[in-house]
Amino acid sequence: MEKNMALSMRGITKRFGSVVANNHVDLDVYQGEILAILGENGCGKTTLMNMIAGIYFPDEGKIFKDGKEVVIRSPKDAFALKIGMIHQHFKLVDLFTAAENIVLGVDEDGRYSMKDVNNRVSAIAQKYGFHIDPQKKIYDMSVSEKQTVEIIKVLYRGADILILDEPTAVLTPQEIDKLFEVLQRMKADGKSIIIITHKLHEVLSVSDRVAILRKGEHIATVNTCDATESSLTEMMVGKKVSLDIDRSEPVNVQPRLEVKELNCIDAEGIQVLKDITFTAYSGEILGIAGIAGSGQKELLEAIAGLQPIASGQVIFNNPKKDKPVTFFHKSLRKVKELAAQDAFHDKNGAPMRFKGMTNAQIRAQVAAENVLFREDEVMNLRNKTPLEIRSLGVRLSFVPEDRLGMGLVGSMGITDNMMLRSYRKGHGGFVDRKKPRALAEEIIKELEVSTPGVNTPVRRLSGGNVQKVLVGREIAFAPKVLMAAYPVRGLDINSSYTIYHLLNKQKENGVAVIFVGEDLDVLLDLCDRILVINSGAVTGTLDARTATKEEIGLLMTQTTTQRKEG
Amino acid sequence: MNVWLNFLIDSLAFGAVFMYGSTGEILTEKSGHLNLGIPGIMCMGGAGGCLVLNMIGKSSLPGFLIVILGILGALVMAMAMGLIYSFLTVTLRANQNVTGLALTTFGVGLMKVIMSKLDATVYLVGPKMLYRWPFADRTDALQCLGVMFFLAVIIAVMASVILYRTKMGLHLRAVGENPGTADAVGINVTRYKYMATCIGSGIAGLGGFYYIIDYMASQEAYLSLEAFGWLSIALVIFALWRPHMTILGSTVFGFLFSCSSYIANIEGITVTMAAKPLLKMLPYVVTIMVLIVTSIRNKRENQPPASLGLSYFREER
Repeated sequence: MEKNMALSMRGITKRFGSVVANNHVDLDVYQGEILAILGENGCGKTTLMNMIAGIYFPDEGKIFKDGKEVVIRSPKDAFALKIGMIHQHFKLVDLFTAAENIVLGVDEDGRYSMKDVNNRVSAIAQKYGFHIDPQKKIYDMSVSEKQTVEIIKVLYRGADILILDEPTAVLTPQEIDKLFEVLQRMKADGKSIIIITHKLHEVLSVSDRVAILRKGEHIATVNTCDATESSLTEMMVGKKVSLDIDRSEPVNVQPRLEVKELNCIDAEGIQVLKDITFTAYSGEILGIAGIAGSGQKELLEAIAGLQPIASGQVIFNNPKKDKPVTFFHKSLRKVKELAAQDAFHDKNGAPMRFKGMTNAQIRAQVAAENVLFREDEVMNLRNKTPLEIRSLGVRLSFVPEDRLGMGLVGSMGITDNMMLRSYRKGHGGFVDRKKPRALAEEIIKELEVSTPGVNTPVRRLSGGNVQKVLVGREIAFAPKVLMAAYPVRGLDINSSYTIYHLLNKQKENGVAVIFVGEDLDVLLDLCDRILVINSGAVTGTLDARTATKEEIGLLMTQTTTQRKEG
Repeated sequence: MNVWLNFLIDSLAFGAVFMYGSTGEILTEKSGHLNLGIPGIMCMGGAGGCLVLNMIGKSSLPGFLIVILGILGALVMAMAMGLIYSFLTVTLRANQNVTGLALTTFGVGLMKVIMSKLDATVYLVGPKMLYRWPFADRTDALQCLGVMFFLAVIIAVMASVILYRTKMGLHLRAVGENPGTADAVGINVTRYKYMATCIGSGIAGLGGFYYIIDYMASQEAYLSLEAFGWLSIALVIFALWRPHMTILGSTVFGFLFSCSSYIANIEGITVTMAAKPLLKMLPYVVTIMVLIVTSIRNKRENQPPASLGLSYFREER
């Protein structure tokens, strides 16, 4: 069957500052086909599509629609060219009905009549096999229904090229099957469908051709019938690049954080974490790899006490600690018995056996808290608030994904941001400003933060410097477990290496470091072990020294077991 | 019984002041802008209208033209205030609350300066009878229902029709609920915000003019105008952001606000001096109760526009 070219892109380049998101990408879309765009996180899939949809404007390159060169400057231009994009985050007005959302912004002649719109919406739904009530309000809808509204919104405007940005990420398997049926029907109707995804089995089951992007470049476009999961993975992750990060052998490795069968359910009732079990050891860096949105954020938040845990345990092993003996727990006889077994020692570490002491003297020693014993503190962090976790002496430092949103206050200076961790200290109603200021100055000096002063709002600093301030603050409180999510996102090479160095130093100090990253090369070179999660479940734990990118890539994308209904 | 009928008509006439103010404010809020400058804008509207009447009050122009020119004067002055507000909050994305309060302070002050320079015998004595058409000759309570009262009702109903029955209204509501979405489907968010704020301010300005020239029709009327601006903003909540509801709401507010003087007419009831201000609090008490009830019921349709008070900036995705 002869197929006509619907859309083609030639030499499309898009830069954001110094970062090249798309580098001379060529892409063709034919009429009546489903083209899958496959790639890792941050490989420029969405950016490329946003340029067709009019969200971004390319720096270089040309776009041709039906053989004619076109310029797309706004979503309106895209609509006029019959191109419609269904974004990952729905753009809908909650308070409106489905039909009102669909008709929003459409320039139509004639009287405005909601009845006509409802009828037309129903007609489109019937044609492609959707189920929708045009008068239902968006806030009453499920995610899948909202997606249907978005698709009909695009079809209502007469689009013949539909771009779907990760449409299956939020759907249950049954809903995915239904969506794919609808897509096949649209394809039969002569529409071109572009589907952005990183799920290999979906690519293989629904698409006609696959275009693979890697680090902003178009690697290849292959016919789906010629592709296999492993050939696609290989093209997606590429060859390993060595980064020369100094990685020391882990020493004095002990279990520090044990996560057991952790389950979390988010506000929308979707299970975001499924039976996660792993152990983070002191003195090693545990990498967490996974497609964005596989539950990394929820996992870290659950450990830090920010995300309610549905079931499962988070066991924290605090290393041995001196504790004074009290008669509250033990009687005098028991104390004497234990002392004979060398269970106690004094403040200098010398054993205490109470030789030749009277009972009254022993009592006095205990009361003065001079009789110490060692104890491993084991506690469950589940359902404790972040503050409780802190006050228990459990030192979890958390570098959130969103640097300015959750980690720092943009309009405050470095000193004030240091005080966010120490504002409870000080006398009476007054806070202690001296120590945070000294700490701020130390961080600026040690980590070479370039800033005009300690009181410059952190919002004005560059991304790398902001990250240094944040990581610096978390490290300054001598954590036992340091969790860092995407700490090098958006940073240049030098700043990234500073951060890697900082994390490595923490590891050498016996901290259990958990590093969530997106660049597989970094994960392989920095971490000691790599935990791979996929759709909220652990799919494997690999030794970073021997693992290959392909192995991780497959674990990240493959669906070995069918997803449970969410 | 006649006392009560008079009371009702008087409440209607008085309520028209808030009807203008809150219809204007609802239009503005539907675009996502909380305009706390309404008291100042109403004052400036009143000053603008009186200023025009002061110039033409003694001329030999036909009566209807004087009426229209006065209304236009109020409209233009109030819309100018609205334009300042929209420029600051839409284009420069200044804080809406601060800007609104500044405009109120400015408007109330400037109005007092202007009004003190005008001659009440020119702008008030002659024109006030014109504005009371068609009931100007009556001696009973009906005489206080003039052209501007009916205009207020028409505007309130029209505003509801436009908001809920036209595409323009759909777009405006989308801008107030979710400007990002509206922008993505090609609606000119900035234009809608400007239009809604300026037209809303114009309508609110008419309320101030109506209060001075028709309802109170006295030289000192302008001194008590500001309070009714605040009452108008409270009425927006009472009306649940629906313009046609302001007709009912403003009557209730008018009724409650002036009931202190009417209750005194009923035999057996004495209203002490201390009780009067307490009775005047009633509209605000009712507003708080409406807020409590709607918050408990938590019906999505009865909540303020979702992006009310937030500036929209396209690049902040």
